[in-house]
Amino acid sequence: MILIDLLQGILLLTGVGFFLVGTLGILRFPDVYTRVHALTKADNLGLGLIVFGLLLGADSVPAALKLLLIWSLALIASATAGYLVARAARRRGVKPWKAGSGGGT
Amino acid sequence: MTWLLEFVALLLLVTLVLGLIRIWRGPTVADRMLAAQLFGTTGVGLLLVLAELQQMPALRDVALVLALLAVMAVLAFVARVWRQDSNNDREGPT
Repeated sequence: MILIDLLQGILLLTGVGFFLVGTLGILRFPDVYTRVHALTKADNLGLGLIVFGLLLGADSVPAALKLLLIWSLALIASATAGYLVARAARRRGVKPWKAGSGGGT
Repeated sequence: MTWLLEFVALLLLVTLVLGLIRIWRGPTVADRMLAAQLFGTTGVGLLLVLAELQQMPALRDVALVLALLAVMAVLAFVARVWRQDSNNDREGPT
C-alpha cells in the first residue's frame, strides 16, 4: 500500500508541475501561436498525470473509467480548440512571433 | 494522503489565479479566450482532486460538464466572435 501511495504522490505532484509550467507558458510566451502550445500540451499532460494518480485511489471500476473518459474528452477538446484558435489567428493575419521582434506582453 | 491532495488542490488554484493575469493583460481577445480554456483544463483537474478529497463523486460529473462547456465556449468564440470581418481585436487595457 505504501508503494501505491508513493506512486500516487509522485504522479499528482508531477501533474501539478506540468500545470504550473503550462500557466507559466501562458504568461511568458510572446504570441497566440506559442501560447496555444503551452495550453494544449503541458496542461493536458498534467491533467493526464493527475487522472492516473487519482486512478490508483479509485474505489470502483466505473469511477476509474469515468476519470479516463474525462481525460480523453479533455484531450480531444483541447486539440480541436488549439487548432481552431491557431487557424482563426492565421486567417485574421496575426503575425507569428520571430526572435528579436520584441513582443512578450 | 489527505494533505497531499489538499496541497495539489491549492497549487491548482494558484495556477488558476495566475491565469487571470493573462486575461487582464490580453492583448488580443484570442489570448483571453486561451486563458479561459486554461480555466477549463485546470478546473477539471481541480474538480477531480476535490472529488477524491471530499468524497463527493458528483464533482466528477461537474468536471465532465466543465470539460464539455469549455470547448463549446472556444468553438463558439472562433465561429462567431473572432471572424475575419469583425474588428474587435484590441479592446480594453492592453
